[in-house]
This record gives sequence, C-alpha cells and structure tokens, in this order.
Amino acid sequence: MSRTYTIIADHREGTLRQVTLEALQAAQIASLEGDRITAIIMGTQLESLAEELAAYPLSDIHLIEHDSLQHYNAEAYLSALFGVFDTVRPDAVFIGHTAVGRDLAPAIAARLHAGQMSDVTSIERSGAKIMFTRPLHAGKAFEKKVFADFPWVVTVRPNNIPAAQASGGQQAQVVRTTYSPTPSLRSVVKDVVLKTSGKVDLTEAKIVVSGGRGVKSADGFKPLEELAEVLNGAVGASRGACDAGYCDYALQIGQTGKVVTPEIYIACGISGAIQHLAGMSQSRIIIAINKDPEAPIIKTADYSIVGDLFQVVPLLTQEFRNVLK
Amino acid sequence: MKVYVILKQTFDTEEKIVIANGRVLEEGVKFIINPYDEYAVEKAIRIREQSGGQVVVISVGPKRSSESLRTALAMGADEAVLISDDRVSQDEYVVSSVLAAYFADKTYDLILGGHFSIDNGAGQVAVRLAELLQIPHVSSVIKLELPGGNANVTRDAEGDLEVLQVSLPALFTAQQGLNEPRYPSLPGIMKAKKKPFQQLTLDDLTIAAEALEPKTSQIELFLPPAREAGQILQGELPEQAAKLVELLRTQSKVI
Ligand SMILES: Cc1cc2nc3c(=O)[nH]c(=O)nc-3n(C[C@H](O)[C@H](O)[C@H](O)COP(=O)(O)OP(=O)(O)OC[C@H]3O[C@@H](n4cnc5c(N)ncnc54)[C@H](O)[C@@H]3O)c2cc1C
Repeated sequence: MSRTYTIIADHREGTLRQVTLEALQAAQIASLEGDRITAIIMGTQLESLAEELAAYPLSDIHLIEHDSLQHYNAEAYLSALFGVFDTVRPDAVFIGHTAVGRDLAPAIAARLHAGQMSDVTSIERSGAKIMFTRPLHAGKAFEKKVFADFPWVVTVRPNNIPAAQASGGQQAQVVRTTYSPTPSLRSVVKDVVLKTSGKVDLTEAKIVVSGGRGVKSADGFKPLEELAEVLNGAVGASRGACDAGYCDYALQIGQTGKVVTPEIYIACGISGAIQHLAGMSQSRIIIAINKDPEAPIIKTADYSIVGDLFQVVPLLTQEFRNVLK
Repeated sequence: MKVYVILKQTFDTEEKIVIANGRVLEEGVKFIINPYDEYAVEKAIRIREQSGGQVVVISVGPKRSSESLRTALAMGADEAVLISDDRVSQDEYVVSSVLAAYFADKTYDLILGGHFSIDNGAGQVAVRLAELLQIPHVSSVIKLELPGGNANVTRDAEGDLEVLQVSLPALFTAQQGLNEPRYPSLPGIMKAKKKPFQQLTLDDLTIAAEALEPKTSQIELFLPPAREAGQILQGELPEQAAKLVELLRTQSKVI
C-alpha cells in the first residue's frame, strides 16, 4: 500500500530552516518506492520558500498563506493544517523539534489519534520496520522505538539527520490553498518580540560558544559573542550563568535547557555539572577553557586549555580571524 | 479559580543512568517533581494565594509518585490525585487519554503542566490533553497573568517571545523563568498529611479499551558511547590557541 509522508516546513526570517531538510531526509528514509512525500508551508510571503523547496524530491508542496498565520498560533495553525490534511491525507507527519514543532506535533498527533516520537535523532528502515532513535534523560541514555501502526507523527532533532539533497530533476508541484480563519479563535497573538533576529539558531548552530559562571558578568559574554561571530556560531550558557543573571534563560544548555549537538562546542568558564553535560556531550568536538585543571568538563572535552578565559578567548578569536580570512 | 496541575515524578537531575536487563535501574535513585512541573505547581499556588480558589495536583504514574504529590501538597496545593495502574503504559497517547478520562466530568479554569519531562523528554502529554479536552493551549510559558477571565501569556519560542491572549479554560506548560518554586515549609509538610489524597485506578475511570493500546513501543535501550579521553594542550597560551585552531582545521569540516 502506498503511503503519504508529509513534512511541515519550518522557516525563520524568510528562509527554510535546515531542520526542514533534515525532516525531509527522515521521510525519505521511511518511505518506499511509490510512496508520496509532500510538504506543507504555512505563513506569509511563501513564494520564495516554495521555490527553494521545489528543488527537493517532493511530489507536491502545499502553501497556506494568510496574514493570520504570520506568527505561530497553535489554534490557527491547526485549523489551517487540517484543512489541507483533508486532501493530503498524510499517513505520517514530520516536523522539526523546534519552538513550532514541539508545540504543534502533539496536537496533530492527538487529532489524528496517532502515536508520536519526539526529538528523534536517527531513523532506520529494515524491511517493513521503521525504527526511531531518541534520547532519554536528555541524552544520558537512548531508546529505539517503533510505531504500532499508521498514522504517526515524528519531530526531528535539529543537526542530527543529514539534510536531504536537492533532486535536480523534476520540480515539485506547488498547490496554493485558501484559508479563512474561524472568527471563534480562543487564542490571539498580541505581540512578538524577536530577540534572536539575525542570530544563528542555537539548536541548529554548527559551532556553539558557551559561557558559565566563569564569565562573571553580562559584559563577560562579549568576548564569547565575538568568537561566535567570527565562527558564524551561536552563544550558549550554563544554568550557572543564567541564574546569575549574566544572560537569558533562552541560552541555557543542559538537562533543563536546550540540548545541542554542534560540530564544535566551546565551553568557557563552565565546570561541567552532570546537568550541563546532558545537554552538550553529544557534540562532535568539545573544547574546554577553564582555569581549573580539575574541572569535570575537562574529562569530557576533546581539547582543553587550562587558563583564564578572558585571555584565551580573545587569542582564539584572533587565530580564527587569521585563518578564516 | 480552579487550577489543576498535571505532574510527573522524575529522576533527580544528578542521577547517572544505569541500564540492566533492558531497563533503567531505579534502585537507590532519588526522585523529584519534574522541574518544569514544579514551576507549574508554584504558579498554581500563587494564583490561589492572589485570587482564591483551589489547586489540585494530579499524576499518572507508579505508586512512588505519591511522594512527589505530597511534596506539592506541602508546597501549598490543596488536593492530590494519583492514577496508578499497571495497565497504563508510558506511551503518551495512552497517558493523555487516561488524563482526559479523569477530566471528563471535572470543571476547571486552568490546567498547568511542565514544558516537558526531563526523563522522557517528549513534551507531548500536556498538549495532547488540551486537544482531547478541546481547550486552547500555549506551551513553554514564562509569564502568565489572569486579568478578567482571560489569560495573558508570554511564550518562549527558542529565545523569541510570543505574547498571547487566551480565553479560559486553557492549558499552559511552564518554562524555566516563570518563577522560583518555594521549598515546602515544616508547617506545610505537617498540613500536607491531612489534605485530601485520592488514589485511583483505571476501574475508577470510564475509558475505551482502544485508548489503552500503546501507539509506540521500545525495542532497545542503550547508553551513548563513552567519549574517548581528551587532550590538555600545553605551552604558552598563544601557542595553545594556535595549536587548537590547527587541530580543529584538520579534524573538523566546519572550519
Ligand atoms: C534541577 C536542576 C537542573 C539543572 N539544569 C541545568 C541545566 O540544564 N544546565 C546547566 O548548565 N546546569 C543545570 N543545573 C545546574 C548545575 O548543577 C550547575 O550548578 C551549573 O551547571 C553550574 O554552572 P557553571 O558551570 O557555569 O558554574 P560553576 O559550577 O560555578 O563553574 C564555573 C567554572 O568556571 C571556571 N572559571 C571561573 N573563572 C574563570 C576564568 N576567568 N577563566 C576560566 N575559567 C573560569 C571555574 O573553574 C569553574 O569550573 C541544574 C541544577 C539542578 C538542581
């Protein structure tokens, strides 16, 4: 029986998020020949996004464009989405494990009476069996799971499944749907404060420069921000730094913060508490900069520099500037 | 205001994970209220302190969860409910269906939960419950105010902030930053012993057999591969910095 796999495209500031292509790759791994992979994009000004996505191996792309979808609102997004589901009839839905995906996916699953796997880091297919790997205890352990039956919903953790490649072949068909919002919405978006505008997304960043209590003040983050900028990376933090008020909780990495899996993680003035390690120890290369040679982070790091971060970080920034010129 | 808080007991964040016979060992493990749920409990108590009403904490889980419910009562919640039954699997579809069955004949203004549980990390049950009860939800809330029958909430969207106005009843999940949970006081702990505590099984609920069929199952459980021992760089700091950049260039495709 042929199946329909549907990707819900996540986008930010007018560009597709990388995780959308990772979700597409997950759908490709799950699908068999003859299955259909479709995408749905919601929001405003979607033409260029549709064009971008059309280069990928998709049978069709559904655009739901409406002013009321400019900002994420679960109720509005769900009603728009289920309008299109009437025609698409997905057997499985893939979406990024992002601010939107985390909120939307369980609601979709509930409405479809479907099972869901959240925060999937890898997917394999063997015969009829599709297996999903996902972290437990923020990555202190992992589990492999299967669904009992279709339909199902999956959220994909950014930066783990390789992104799908453009097909170069036939272009996907773009289908525009009209959406008229119900006047009876019980939730209304009043304001959106874009604090991350123009910055590299923390969960999708290839390089993360993180600061802990060792940065000593909000100003102490400046050298880290400079290093991150040179590397086109994002700045993160330990809870120690957040609790001390040096930065926003949105930057917190760890068991009760974000889990990140960048190519390179640079921990500056972070001791390496177990809760912090849970959020970053799956990074490919870990670097510790700490003045204490006994700090636990040094046991987890691939490379450590024992020294004062206020000396080391500017030196690194200079070195990278030189080689990246 | 009648506020329900759905709460899960989790491993303390300090705990290491040990796997034996395909299970995570629980022997000797310290359990806590899931930290995100703790923000929800604190918020519910503050709402009652400000505008009266009642706070009920409810958990679906093993018997040991009663300990965490007691802690919530000691913090100031008024009543606790534990639904404990071996026939309930961990599958989020099942857990949310059990909760929905409990709420079917209840009235409430607010249901609060945590953004996700730090053990399973799925973040599904609360949002699924809102859908099953057909009430609006907002997840990852760092601010919640309740002027005149509505809720004004601020949601953390990966660092951006979204401000919404939502009509009640509604469900919200708490994110770090919402508040600083209190510690139970000694009088609070004493009082908690006399507060109503309801122990339920599936036999007390009306629930379709189909809603108890798990939609997912675990086929393997494993620890992540241990990291190989790293290298502490040597020499003057400028030399170390140059060496590190060199190592990264040869080892990482990123630079
Ligand atoms: C329920 C719970 C959940 C938690 N969740 C998280 C979480 O998600 N994420 C998280 O990170 N933590 C979490 N924690 C907190 C965690 O236990 C630690 O307290 C926290 O990670 C410590 O932060 P830190 O490493 O920045 O600070 P510290 O432990 O104080 O370490 C500071 C480090 O900086 C070094 N240092 C100081 N000055 C300099 C300098 N000039 N140059 C170089 N190095 C310097 C010191 O040697 C030290 O190693 C949680 C705790 C609890 C109880």
